Amino acid sequence: MEKKQKLHPHKFTLWVAIGSILMMFAGLTSAYIVKRNQANWQTFDLPIAFWFSTLAVILSSATMWLALKSFKERQMSKYRLIMVVTMVLGVLFIVLQIIGFQQLWGKGITLKGNVSYSFLYVIVGLHALHVIGGVIALIVMSLLAFNSKKRNYSTIPVELMSTYWHFVDILWIYLLLFLLMIK
Amino acid sequence: MSSTLTLNEASIGHIAHQDDAHGHGEHHHKETFISKYVFSLDHKTISKQFLVTGIIWAIVGGLFSVLFRLQLGYPNSTFPWLEDLLGHWAQGGKIQPEFYYALVTMHGTILVFFVLTAGLSGTFSNFLIPLQIGARDMASPLLNCMSYWFFFGASIVMMSSLFVQTGPASGGWTIYPPLSALGDASMGSKIGMDLWLISMALFIVSSLLGGLNYITTVLNMRTKGMSMTRMPLTIWAFFFTAVLGVLSFPVLLSGAILLLFDRNLGTSFFLSDIVVAGKILPNEGGSAILFQHLFWFLGHPEVYIILLPAMGISSEVLSVNSRKPIFGYMAMVGSMFAITILAFLVWAHHMFVTGLNPFLGAFFVLLTLLIAIPSAIKVFNWLTTLWKGNIRFTPAMLFAIGFVSLFISGGLTGIFLGNSALDIHLHDTYFVIAHFHIVMGVASMFGMFAGVYHWYPKMFGRYLNNTLGYIHFWLTIVGAYLIFWPMHYEGLAGMPRRYYDFQNWESFKMFGGLNEFISFVSIVVFAAQLLFVLNFFYSIWKGRKVTTMNPWDATTLEWTTPIRPGHGNWTGEIPEVHRWPYDYAKVGKDGKDFIAQNVPIGAEEKTNDEIQAEGLKRKTALA
Repeated sequence: MEKKQKLHPHKFTLWVAIGSILMMFAGLTSAYIVKRNQANWQTFDLPIAFWFSTLAVILSSATMWLALKSFKERQMSKYRLIMVVTMVLGVLFIVLQIIGFQQLWGKGITLKGNVSYSFLYVIVGLHALHVIGGVIALIVMSLLAFNSKKRNYSTIPVELMSTYWHFVDILWIYLLLFLLMIK
Repeated sequence: MSSTLTLNEASIGHIAHQDDAHGHGEHHHKETFISKYVFSLDHKTISKQFLVTGIIWAIVGGLFSVLFRLQLGYPNSTFPWLEDLLGHWAQGGKIQPEFYYALVTMHGTILVFFVLTAGLSGTFSNFLIPLQIGARDMASPLLNCMSYWFFFGASIVMMSSLFVQTGPASGGWTIYPPLSALGDASMGSKIGMDLWLISMALFIVSSLLGGLNYITTVLNMRTKGMSMTRMPLTIWAFFFTAVLGVLSFPVLLSGAILLLFDRNLGTSFFLSDIVVAGKILPNEGGSAILFQHLFWFLGHPEVYIILLPAMGISSEVLSVNSRKPIFGYMAMVGSMFAITILAFLVWAHHMFVTGLNPFLGAFFVLLTLLIAIPSAIKVFNWLTTLWKGNIRFTPAMLFAIGFVSLFISGGLTGIFLGNSALDIHLHDTYFVIAHFHIVMGVASMFGMFAGVYHWYPKMFGRYLNNTLGYIHFWLTIVGAYLIFWPMHYEGLAGMPRRYYDFQNWESFKMFGGLNEFISFVSIVVFAAQLLFVLNFFYSIWKGRKVTTMNPWDATTLEWTTPIRPGHGNWTGEIPEVHRWPYDYAKVGKDGKDFIAQNVPIGAEEKTNDEIQAEGLKRKTALA
């Protein structure tokens, strides 16, 4: 076959899935914009915890990159360690988001309040669900990496994981900027 | 596929993948009943699962229309057997108003989503994509299997909603809030509505998993020589359908999620200033119109998700049975592409009378009317494909021709409805009902029937009974026109849709006889569909056996597989493709009137491009 090198089908599937997830958030953010231009829209400041969670998720992206790199270099013990670090950072992100929600709730910005409050909970919550999905995948992959009976040297799963993880990271940064600039 | 890819295999990626799959075709794993028929990974089995589930849903959805047509056609009669069947929903043998709305809602939901989306695209995308592009299976058979089982889950939830005490959702298939958002607003807005939303969420997941797979498979798994422009039009249609689904269903999901929040967690995305039963609700600041935007951003592409596969199937069937190449292959692909793009830009034509800014409306009118251009291109291409063809009137061919007829009739009324000014009069009348049933509902059913009759021999290794097929076709096409043609007149007179009883309306009383006629015909047509179901299941076991690999003398790759292909489709190498899929009316080495895609171009033979170039030269010489 003299065809040029094609993207692995699973990677391609993931990219289409990412497009699909983006459409869901595009739907929500455009609903947000439409609603914002109507009467009775209240603005508020984002909780400080969101800044720390942003830091956590950016760090975890960096460790994910390192994990893929060490996997490609066949440094398995390093890979295992970094995968666990990434997973912990992912969990930390979720915890910080929940703390952020609590800070808001404490200030009287509750789910049932103004529509602008409800939108924040739904958009940030749905993003967190996607991160939780990623954390579960990370847990599975870490467990597989510690399993000494089966050895797997295919880079495809790790590459898929890293693509998805960077995606949820970038998605969060986009959502954060969106919520900061359009309120 | 073995799960232990080596690094070497992984590094050559796609090639390794194919070789690996190749080995799969050579030997068969031990298959149990569960792995072969239930949680099967074989795209052909999954496709049959979609088809059979779709048929069951079609019977349920069709029966519902017969039940509410009984009320519309015979508003003064009682049918005691209805009470035996439906209990308190048909007290005294008369369908109750609450249940009438439930029937209308469920008829729409079932036919649009469960039959014409999952049943049509689920069946034929699964079946034909790997077979026609020359692949062993889908890019991810596991996702494919999950796609069916999510659909099955959605079906169970939706079916169970029919049996809850307060009844299924009944606010129309578009589930507009605030009716759908407030449990106290109506019987059908209680648990039935929650089940509807949960079922649809599962359905969306199913359709996304399917769509991801179709797109990836078409773009990545084509056999050697199968360039994009050598793909049969069916594959192009399924590809565009999947793109539409993957981009528009998530938006419906976000709308459904917000609605679930409004229903159960007290938010006010779609609710504002509402009084229910004398009680002022605390919800404030929401917008019901917002939901309509989110809904129709899916809802309009959904129309093409339903229609495009039928267009693709009909194109293929028309060409095979006219024994002529499809007319204007690239124009067909181009117009499907144009329809796909426009599908995302016209959703607000469903909302012309919601208080939409008329200035904004003007743009949506323009974009909507633009769809007439690719649609007309397709119609002319189908007609010119038929023109002077050596037509074989198989049941599949009849249904494909019927599709073209219905698409023209229904498409013309689309031009009326696309105008926002006319919509002031025509919106929510039977004119709309007539339009979308003909152009999208019945036309797509015809595409589906064409597909089933045409590919049944490949699916089951047997033929459907032809005589029953002809009876089925003529009853259905005549019946469909008799049912929906008169509705145009009712609609022009302003008769509104979704009403339970027209007898007290001075302006619509005169349609009593016509309504009775429509109801009578719809019962006959429903019976004709049962004939098809009988034919379908009988023929699986008792139909005439297929004895040749290529019973329709078609050029495409699915007919190069064994009569009953196993998992992996081809026993040896996957055939290589050398030409486009429409080399009909061309004498091959074997003296037949077609040359299959896997036959190399002969030394003497001119390629299709050369023939066209020659024709062009001759034309310019004449000029």
